[in-house]
Amino acid sequence: MQDLRLTIRSASPDPRAEALRRSAGHLGLECPDEIRVADVIHIRGGLNDTDRTRLEEALVDANTQHASWDPPVGNAIEICPLPGVTDPAAEAILHVARTIDVPVDAAVSGRRYEFGPDAEPTVITALVDRLLANPVVEAHWYGNASPPLEIPEAVVPPASTVAVTTLSDGELGELSRQRGLALDPAELSTIAQHFADLGREPTDVELETLAQTWSEHCAHKTFRATIEAADADGTVREFAPLLETLRRCTDEISAPFVRSAFVGNAGVIEFERGTTIALKAETHNHPSAIEPFGGANTGVGGVIRDVLGMAHKPIAVTDILCFGPSDMPLDHVPEGALHPSRIADGVVDGIADYGNKIGLPTVAGAVFHHPAYTTNPLVFAGCIGTADNWRQHDGPHPGDRVVVLGGRTGRDGIRGATFSSLTMDASTGSVAGASVQIGDPITEKLLIDALIGAEHLYSAITDCGAGGLSSAVGEMAEGIGADVELAMVPLKYPGLEPWEIWLSEAQERMVIAVPPASIDAIEQRCARHGVEVTDIGVFTGDGRLVVRHDGHPVVDLDTGFLHDGRPRRHMAAEIRRPERTPTGRPAVAIVPTLLALLAHPNINSRERLLRRYDHEIGGATLGRPIIGVERDAPGDAALLAGPLEASGIAIGIGANPFHGLHDPEWMAWSVVDEAIRNVVAVGADPNKIALLDNFSFGDPRRPVTMGDLIASVDGCTRAAVAFGAPFVSGKDSLNNEYTGPDGERHAVPPTLVITAVAHVPDVDRRTTPTLTTPGNLLVMTGTTGIHFAGSHLDEVVDSADVATGSVPEPDADAPRRYRSLHRCIRAGLIKACHDIAEGGLAVAVAEMCIAGRLGVALTDLGHQDTTTALFSESCGRHVIELSPADLDHVRAEIGSLTVLGTVSDDDTMTFPDGTTIAVADLVAAHTGRHKAAP
Amino acid sequence: MRRPCAVVIAGPGTNRDPDTEAALELAGSEPRTCLVGDLTADPALLSSATIAVVAGGFSYGDALGAGRLLALDLEIALGEHLAVFVERGGLLLGICNGFQVLTRAGLLPGSLTHNDGGHFICDWVELAPTTNSVSIWTAGITDVIHAPIAHGEGRWVHPDPQAIAAGGQVALRYHGCNPNGSVDDVAGVCDATGRVLGLMPHPENHIVDRQHPNAGRIEPMTHLGLRLFQNAVEYARG
Repeated sequence: MQDLRLTIRSASPDPRAEALRRSAGHLGLECPDEIRVADVIHIRGGLNDTDRTRLEEALVDANTQHASWDPPVGNAIEICPLPGVTDPAAEAILHVARTIDVPVDAAVSGRRYEFGPDAEPTVITALVDRLLANPVVEAHWYGNASPPLEIPEAVVPPASTVAVTTLSDGELGELSRQRGLALDPAELSTIAQHFADLGREPTDVELETLAQTWSEHCAHKTFRATIEAADADGTVREFAPLLETLRRCTDEISAPFVRSAFVGNAGVIEFERGTTIALKAETHNHPSAIEPFGGANTGVGGVIRDVLGMAHKPIAVTDILCFGPSDMPLDHVPEGALHPSRIADGVVDGIADYGNKIGLPTVAGAVFHHPAYTTNPLVFAGCIGTADNWRQHDGPHPGDRVVVLGGRTGRDGIRGATFSSLTMDASTGSVAGASVQIGDPITEKLLIDALIGAEHLYSAITDCGAGGLSSAVGEMAEGIGADVELAMVPLKYPGLEPWEIWLSEAQERMVIAVPPASIDAIEQRCARHGVEVTDIGVFTGDGRLVVRHDGHPVVDLDTGFLHDGRPRRHMAAEIRRPERTPTGRPAVAIVPTLLALLAHPNINSRERLLRRYDHEIGGATLGRPIIGVERDAPGDAALLAGPLEASGIAIGIGANPFHGLHDPEWMAWSVVDEAIRNVVAVGADPNKIALLDNFSFGDPRRPVTMGDLIASVDGCTRAAVAFGAPFVSGKDSLNNEYTGPDGERHAVPPTLVITAVAHVPDVDRRTTPTLTTPGNLLVMTGTTGIHFAGSHLDEVVDSADVATGSVPEPDADAPRRYRSLHRCIRAGLIKACHDIAEGGLAVAVAEMCIAGRLGVALTDLGHQDTTTALFSESCGRHVIELSPADLDHVRAEIGSLTVLGTVSDDDTMTFPDGTTIAVADLVAAHTGRHKAAP
Repeated sequence: MRRPCAVVIAGPGTNRDPDTEAALELAGSEPRTCLVGDLTADPALLSSATIAVVAGGFSYGDALGAGRLLALDLEIALGEHLAVFVERGGLLLGICNGFQVLTRAGLLPGSLTHNDGGHFICDWVELAPTTNSVSIWTAGITDVIHAPIAHGEGRWVHPDPQAIAAGGQVALRYHGCNPNGSVDDVAGVCDATGRVLGLMPHPENHIVDRQHPNAGRIEPMTHLGLRLFQNAVEYARG
């Protein structure tokens, strides 16, 4: 038995060295002149010379790589994953060794960065700390690594009891803080009373189970709370719980296509008989702040499992990202936080890694930059799936087996549910390290392969997400009861305490309830796909949740108390009165203003980012996130339809935190409008739209934040009713706050992301923003008002001494107008269509020119004030291209519209006052690819 | 018209197998997706087929380099059967990850390594068939084929690319824009018999006109990736 290391180098310059240089440049970090990157494999085994040669031949490509078994020397650092962190390369080495019959007992993978002899140690240290190694998941060594090749055997302490019944309120609070339970005082005393009544103390497993089930993350306490809110004039009113308001709104709309709303893992809708669509969007904010790659990676994995957990086959994913400014100087980044561009790079890599590998197209999304997201980046991931002849499973039934499928359980992600319910501070990264994990998309892909088509073999299904088995089995057992044995759960390594096994949020696991007669069939399917499957117990029917470890009960709880015993929260709110006086802006120079807007980080071309995601897989992406003749302009919504299908599904996003800062109610209305406007722009039927809500706000225990939340729920539900588009699922992520070293609390702007999923009846009549034909008319539908609060004009032009004014006002006529526009699209009258959003009309028209590489001659801007006409962000508007012959027909159908001008082939955008901009300059500003001509 | 049997070979993490099946079906064959384990358990699945495609994806998550582990599976578990399949006149195609697998398994010349841009890229590319190619998959096609790419390790390298080109084994070259730095703009290569082809782009994702990002602006039917599959089906019909 010996420990060996194989260092593998690329024969040609390794592109990772160049990537490192680029990333260091973005952060303003110094970089040594000479950098080389190599892969390292550490193994333990009894290998003879022949074994070594055979293993090397199997692992190394002689055409492109050189390898050496000799430990290298020189100025270098090496990085390996910490014990227990997912290491697919190590798994692969073991697989190879088994396949070619070489005796390898343990393996760890690593990376090596080599620098010239003159590289300054301080420069290297800065690179390691800021860029190369994340201590949350990785260890690093100066020189050669010596990672532990085995996790030492640990003695497993049995479950212990925790005295709570005799504690004072103050002592209970201290216990909650120590264990990170994140429970309210009222909840703690309810738990203490419950066990006092039982005449015993809880075990640590029971206490953790209650903390997880009652966490904000799992129980949505704030959205279920009763609220007392004070208006700006001091009147105090009672408000229904926000979740009830959202549900009532869906009931009121009573759309015939809703099959399941606000129940289970995802909403389910049915636009065409026989085919259902499951849809869900999630947040993964806290994990992404401390380990961006793993956080975003597992965020995508989690939302895909939500759809799988509704027995639908996932078909596409979406992402919406909010970061701090990428040009922030390094010394402005608060202590304990990562630089925004490092977070952005990690998050994008994490999404790409998961989506690309699992084989789902990433089709829609958005990116926002705002300083308030520096310490609290937001990552929203969405997924939709489809099923034929779906029926809601009606189990579990007494006697059904509790079956766990997929990845093994480790110490990863312990207490994620409670972690995400706490405020972060400078120590969060080091303390909460165990809350983050790295995903394994291939394991999840195999889970999908094994479970899709097996719907008849189980009676209930749910995913293992936040709260792990505790949450998954606990929820399934609600009202029926279960008896499970933790010793049956397959572990990544020994030594886990019972509560750790029960609470672990190890990824890529699903739980199903299987009638005993179907166990064999499930096991056969899983064997074919290489999925581990374990029967851990039974659903009993006695209403008790019993969890055992080696036969000894460590949990024995009444599921009634577990799920309904939590005292309802009461929240106090203060609703502010937003400024709504229409206030214009002084005249600006059109050319520099428009170019600055096109180059703004929230508006510029996402081409480079989007090319990292596979949006083509499945061959169904007809409406792409980047469109146009040169594929570098933004699309409005994703449109999915199989190669031979007549109809399709559109996915549109609405979000505007800039408006949220000023007026959460009208912001919420306008982001619903935006999501709907986007799907209508690609050809969706306005009568068949379902919505998802995702709220990311600060700490709701601050009355003003709670008031903002009430206002935004009010705004988005009224919009949903106006458009007849029901909410079918949602998720709130609260406590997006960071307490700085100075004790100041920093909250995110009120951020509401709306996802619209809609039916496109005829994909051959789809539209894009790409201008098509010189001589055609360019027309604006809707009306422009004076709406500059939170506008992007204010981002690029200093307006410090101008009154803020109003955010976009709800447009009551928009629902009717979108239906009219849709009839025109169905009739084939609309040659191009684009929604007007950030940056206003000027940006929308410029993007259409960029998409079609055609010019426009504008003659009428639809508002007498040029700045308002071009840059106000009023909602409810589209720009459309149509043949002059169709104008009367379209006008009769839509009503309020403005003929802006004509599409031209002279490659310039011309304004009514004679100002011109070359389309090439628009492209340059938007893509940043070349400098605009002087 | 007879529908020749086709096998789509998938490993753990292969993900464009459904797209490949759809292309083979539309081209007129009778496709069936098989895991490597299925083929070892029942070698007749492969021997009764005339077309086999190793589909794209991330087999084994690209651990230790794209395609390496699935290539090992094919060599160890399936080695002889696959060799016999090609010898007997079967047509074999490796797309993207499948191309990486076939080069690693030694069935196609050269190696595929990290894109010169250093990361995964998804875009549409144009592919020009070479005039001297011996490939059956591209035989008779003179039009430029349009298809998406989606890969991080697609740069084809070879110690003697001139020899491969001179032997008619370069089947397709990137036209206009080389997305990954492949030597000599090579996008697809075949073996000496012309029956085995590997390429990085995804012809299976351009089987109907409307899948093209500029559908309506280009000549219908002309640039379809489907044409490669139609060629194979026609050949298999004999």
